[in-house]
Amino acid sequence: MVPLSYYLVLSGILFACGVTGFLIRRNIITIFMSIELMLNGVNLSFVAFAAHWHALSGQVFVFFVMVVAAAEAAVGLAIIIAVYRTRETLNVDRVNLLKL
Amino acid sequence: MLHLVLFLIFGAICIAGAVNLLVQRHPINSALSLIVVMGSLAVEYLLLGAEFVAAVQVIIYAGAIMVLFVFVIMLLNAGEEELTSGSRIALLLGIPGMLVSSVLVAWVLLAHSGTEAVPAGALPGPPKIIGWLLFHDFLLPFEVTSVLILIAIMGAVVLASPAESVQQSKKEG
Repeated sequence: MVPLSYYLVLSGILFACGVTGFLIRRNIITIFMSIELMLNGVNLSFVAFAAHWHALSGQVFVFFVMVVAAAEAAVGLAIIIAVYRTRETLNVDRVNLLKL
Repeated sequence: MLHLVLFLIFGAICIAGAVNLLVQRHPINSALSLIVVMGSLAVEYLLLGAEFVAAVQVIIYAGAIMVLFVFVIMLLNAGEEELTSGSRIALLLGIPGMLVSSVLVAWVLLAHSGTEAVPAGALPGPPKIIGWLLFHDFLLPFEVTSVLILIAIMGAVVLASPAESVQQSKKEG
């Protein structure tokens, strides 16, 4: 038997790690992976609450979050490729002009 | 008891992977530690009785999405990231911020929520029931996400294709 709060603490820590990665990393791909980490933390709390309240809709929501994450990853990585093609860099500090 | 031990072991692996993602300078190492996080999260889902979500987590996240990430990292030949003045400021602000917010969240949750335990396996999430929910109660969101996926596919193709080929196809079309 694992208390619900343990799951929520784990998901909170994962989310905090994701936010920190988003803030401190300069590589655009790593920033993108931090966003995936945040989504994973939220998914864990969805599943924990679904089990806690005996409502399976929480698990269906996780499914939708995963689908949106997959779509986001596809479009985001395509944008990263397009940025790299024009700027030749992955560092977000060097991508500071709207127009080349 | 066994559940608590398993939860603690895989939770520790999960947090170690997440911290390793932040510490590593090379994106491929970060990607591999993210796969570790996702794999151990799948075990946590299994402990909660969500078999379908655990399987989908491994297939979609650890399988499809991370392969996409690793592929792009190798395609762009991403090297170690360079330190700039902006990243030092971000380090100074970001790490205390993470520690404060983690401790705050953990304290609030542990102090103010009851000790009700989540019974392992009390709510089985077999694919049959999830599928029924998906095609009855959540039919409209399901269809909307399929349109979203279609738009994402087209967007990815347009964005990732070289600018010359887009112009060429406009002339031809």
